[in-house]
Amino acid sequence: MGRAAVKLVLLVSAAVMALGVAGAAEKGGTLVFAGAADPTYLDPAIVSDGESFRVAQQIFEGLVDLKPGRSDIRPMLAKSWTTSKDGKTWTFQLQRSVKFHDGTPFNAAAVCANFNRWYNFSGPFQDASATYYYQAIFYGFKRNEVSTLSKPLYNSCRAKGKYTAIVKLNKRNGPFVMALALPAFAMQSPTAMAKYGANNAEIRNGTFYPTGDYAFKHPTGTGPMKFSEWTVGQRVVLVRNKQYWGKSQYAKSVDRIIIRPISNNTARVQALQNQELNIADLLAPQDVGTVQGNSRLKVFNRPSFNVAYVTINSSKAPTNNILVRRAVAHGLDRASVVRAFYAGRAVVAHEFMPPSLFGWAKDVQKYPYDPEKSKSLLRQAGLSLPVEIEFWYPTGVTRPYMPDPKRNFEAFAASLEQSGFKVIAKSAPWRPDYVKEVNQGTAGNLNLIGWSGDYGDPDNFLGTFFQEYNPQFGFRNAKITDLLNRAEQETVVAKRAKLYQQANREIMKFLPGVPYAHTKPAIGAEKRIRNFVPAVTGSDDLYPVELGGQ
Amino acid sequence: MLRYVVRRLLLLVPILLGVSVLVFFWIRLLPGSPAESLLGERATPELVAAYRERYGLDEPIYEQYAKYLRSITDFDFGVSVATHRQVTDEIKDRFPATVELAVAAMLFATLIGIPLGFVAAKKYGSFIDHASLFVSLIGISIPIFFLAIILKYVFAVRLGWLPSVGRIDVTIEAEHPTNFYVLDAIITRDWATLWDVIKHLILPAIALGSIPLAILARITRASVLDVQNEDYVRTARAKGLAPMTVDRRHVLRNAMLPISTILGLQVGLLLSGAVLTETVFAWPGMGSWLRDAIFNRDYPVLQGGILFLAFVFVMVNLIVDISYAFINPRIRYS
Repeated sequence: MGRAAVKLVLLVSAAVMALGVAGAAEKGGTLVFAGAADPTYLDPAIVSDGESFRVAQQIFEGLVDLKPGRSDIRPMLAKSWTTSKDGKTWTFQLQRSVKFHDGTPFNAAAVCANFNRWYNFSGPFQDASATYYYQAIFYGFKRNEVSTLSKPLYNSCRAKGKYTAIVKLNKRNGPFVMALALPAFAMQSPTAMAKYGANNAEIRNGTFYPTGDYAFKHPTGTGPMKFSEWTVGQRVVLVRNKQYWGKSQYAKSVDRIIIRPISNNTARVQALQNQELNIADLLAPQDVGTVQGNSRLKVFNRPSFNVAYVTINSSKAPTNNILVRRAVAHGLDRASVVRAFYAGRAVVAHEFMPPSLFGWAKDVQKYPYDPEKSKSLLRQAGLSLPVEIEFWYPTGVTRPYMPDPKRNFEAFAASLEQSGFKVIAKSAPWRPDYVKEVNQGTAGNLNLIGWSGDYGDPDNFLGTFFQEYNPQFGFRNAKITDLLNRAEQETVVAKRAKLYQQANREIMKFLPGVPYAHTKPAIGAEKRIRNFVPAVTGSDDLYPVELGGQ
Repeated sequence: MLRYVVRRLLLLVPILLGVSVLVFFWIRLLPGSPAESLLGERATPELVAAYRERYGLDEPIYEQYAKYLRSITDFDFGVSVATHRQVTDEIKDRFPATVELAVAAMLFATLIGIPLGFVAAKKYGSFIDHASLFVSLIGISIPIFFLAIILKYVFAVRLGWLPSVGRIDVTIEAEHPTNFYVLDAIITRDWATLWDVIKHLILPAIALGSIPLAILARITRASVLDVQNEDYVRTARAKGLAPMTVDRRHVLRNAMLPISTILGLQVGLLLSGAVLTETVFAWPGMGSWLRDAIFNRDYPVLQGGILFLAFVFVMVNLIVDISYAFINPRIRYS
């Protein structure tokens, strides 16, 4: 072989090796992920914040889980489930050979122990700050000690053999099984909870406070990661659960996850740029360009699961007139606002729930920007132009669905003024006045606000807004209420989808507000990150992540 | 001396009582309550009312204050509304971080500020003197958060020489028996961790130390200029003592009195939590904690945290006053 040939072979081998290194994932390794704050507690049943759920999502599993990057559910600790004809009895067939991190078996008895734990919560645990999601889904406890609680949805749980759990409800409820994907309803080891005092708590200076060690040092689930250490203000360390029942899936995934709190947005991005992190959540819109411009980094999109909207208060004149509400809808230049202020990270919303959720309807009435139509509707309502209208916006806040409220407001006000309105601008600090005034219905005719979803069910959007009288919107509509009640009580998803589609059509006909944006929050990460699929709710699965070569 | 110390310690009681009154009423003058702050969009009128009832915010304010006083006499500062952790536990975790940063910042300020001021005075009117004036002016005029951002951008983000956030590389497994990381690394003889902790301290310490540095340089310069024209200094020179000896024994020692006063005040201020620096560098100390507490209207944290810092401030100043006696034997406390 000539010298040139040897050189060629060496060169090709080197190139192949280099490609191999660049392309292959390193086995194991440590993933450093930054959120905005510490978790509150490590017991998911007593928290309601995203940072706590993020940690819980790695340690615990529920009977069901959300599909990666989607809002519909998949089996998790329950292999399958059926509902009785009356919709009150749910039978869950459980995975076998699953163990909690403390070595105790996961079975139907453990499922019932968890349900009964929530149902029997008393004293401090009935505080809304402790069991917000239990109260939102199950309404009440075995013995309600707070006047705002209602009759519980849950009735009982029975273990039939080792791997069948039968849960009985007091009435039909569709969102029940969807809501079980919330980390708040994850399965926890009954033995560990008893051993480390998970059910001990008190109200100290008016605040719920667990007095046992469980919620701080011993969270025990069945998930792919086990809790190792929590240094408040600095890090939560999770290590791979080598006994995990589905371990073969994650052979190349990271074997340690460190979740650190960095509250300042800029500091989080800079730490990512400086290689102190692998993934930074909650990227501010102005930082997206910085991450995109860095050759080592990339931006992940969290699927849209929120809605920004302008409420139209129907209890006030002149917006108590449907013609005026329609004029408002045609007078809001939503497409321009989304184009100008969302940096390509949002789509125009046409209804009050994101398109990814079942029940979203293609054919709701749409209100394209049309100043002339708006003016003619106002004249039809017998009003002389310009029509005065009070429009409120919040200050001192950015939300995932509303990164710059003031500019959104200014653009909307300009387009309304083109459409026959005279806008009377009012602003208030988000904390504490704005939200209070809007929710009490004491703010303007029009108000900028929005919502981020908690779990994959339309009830979390439409039910929250419109199922009962809501002063924010100031109207009663029997048809909409009836549709939402029926949808809540239906257990067949296809039927529920149809009911919600009908509700969406009715809502957009009635126009209690004008939805204008569904945004895709951004996450910054190193390019070498693989198998990271952002979750719609923010509770990302970090355990499948692989670290590729640099 | 003992009587003086006891009297100063007894004075702590009215001071802390005054601070507790001020803090208690000041935070209640801020608009809003924890309910609206924490619930956000979910703050329905019913939930807000339930929160107010639970926190006792619907009780008369004097009753709330009386309750608060009773609890702090038991050293119970309550539980944070936002994090749900005990305020005393949070202080235990966070105060060492603030102390470490304050000490590093003061070391930086002292080691550069005092020599700079001394040299400027000795070379009065020279280029060095003007340069020190310039450095001092910059140190005092640049907003601390701006300097912090610039330092971070240049030395962390652009050059990648130093870390940009936190006290330690989070992937390091190290023991922290005292929570003072420098000390911990030395105790456990973990030199790699020590180096990492020092690297994390450099940028925030420079940012935080810039103002004390400028002040110390100016005070040292002025003080040395005063002292070096005193009769006893001229006499010492006339006796033929070496210039170094005159400077060390007569000039510096006498010039140190006003410097130590400033030093004490600055240490007290730095320990009170460097809100901006801690926020920019995501430093898990008292400053960033109190900042978040203001945003969250976290009454127990603000009340407990500020009272604790007032105590620290008074104690540091007491220690400085006592240290005068050692620096200058002419001072006698009674």
